[in-house]
Amino acid sequence: MKSKSPFARSQRMTIVNGIFVLVLILVVLQLWLLSATMNAYLGGDAAVALPAAIASAVCLGLNVGLLRYLYRFE
Amino acid sequence: MSRFNAGKEGALAPRSVPPDRAPAALQPRWRRDFPIDWDEDDYVSRRDLVKYVVLTSGAFVVGQAWIAYKSLFGRRAAPAHALPVASVNELPVGGAKTFAYPEGSTPRLLVRTGSNAFVAYDQQCTHLQCPVVPAVEQGKLHCPCHNGWFDLQSGDPIAGPPRRRLPRVNVEVHDGTVYATGVEGSAI
Repeated sequence: MKSKSPFARSQRMTIVNGIFVLVLILVVLQLWLLSATMNAYLGGDAAVALPAAIASAVCLGLNVGLLRYLYRFE
Repeated sequence: MSRFNAGKEGALAPRSVPPDRAPAALQPRWRRDFPIDWDEDDYVSRRDLVKYVVLTSGAFVVGQAWIAYKSLFGRRAAPAHALPVASVNELPVGGAKTFAYPEGSTPRLLVRTGSNAFVAYDQQCTHLQCPVVPAVEQGKLHCPCHNGWFDLQSGDPIAGPPRRRLPRVNVEVHDGTVYATGVEGSAI
């Protein structure tokens, strides 16, 4: 038998909207990171590439965690 | 028992509010026969949107990893080898000449700034790749496309849209000949 969600329908909608906003902010941050890294790399500064990649991976980890939470609370 | 009361003629379940918010009696027959839980539909749509935004996030990480890989293990600049590009007598003070270094590269610009002083840069502006021209009297290089200016001695951008310096070509003078000996300041 499918387990029932601890949240009411309106609460679930609020949660998914909140998570969507957080994920969107993180993706915009990643977009900024990618454009700044590309600009630095093409300008001959390759030192920022690895830290930026790690930061972007951390953002992805947060996003995946939020998505996982979204699927788990149903 | 169905949670939508689909069997009753003209009756939609209380939870199932149509998108246009009109009464059930005004809804088309198909919607009364096959009512949709629109709130649940909205929720699933929003959840799927989050999923695809997270996939976009993964694509950004792939791009970042590609740049990091290229910067760590990508093609290194070939070992510098000297290439004669001009003779000293060929250029008057203030004169300029284009050349390719290494062979097949984008155009480079050699400028004679003094009796025995030469500088050389990539000729493509770092803004939108227009060719730069020397303004030796002003000690600058000028990109006429968008009025960008670079310092002639360092290649640094000093005015206009460019934000990155011009890649510099190292030059040396031996026995009346100018040699290009390497390129610095560019990852490509």
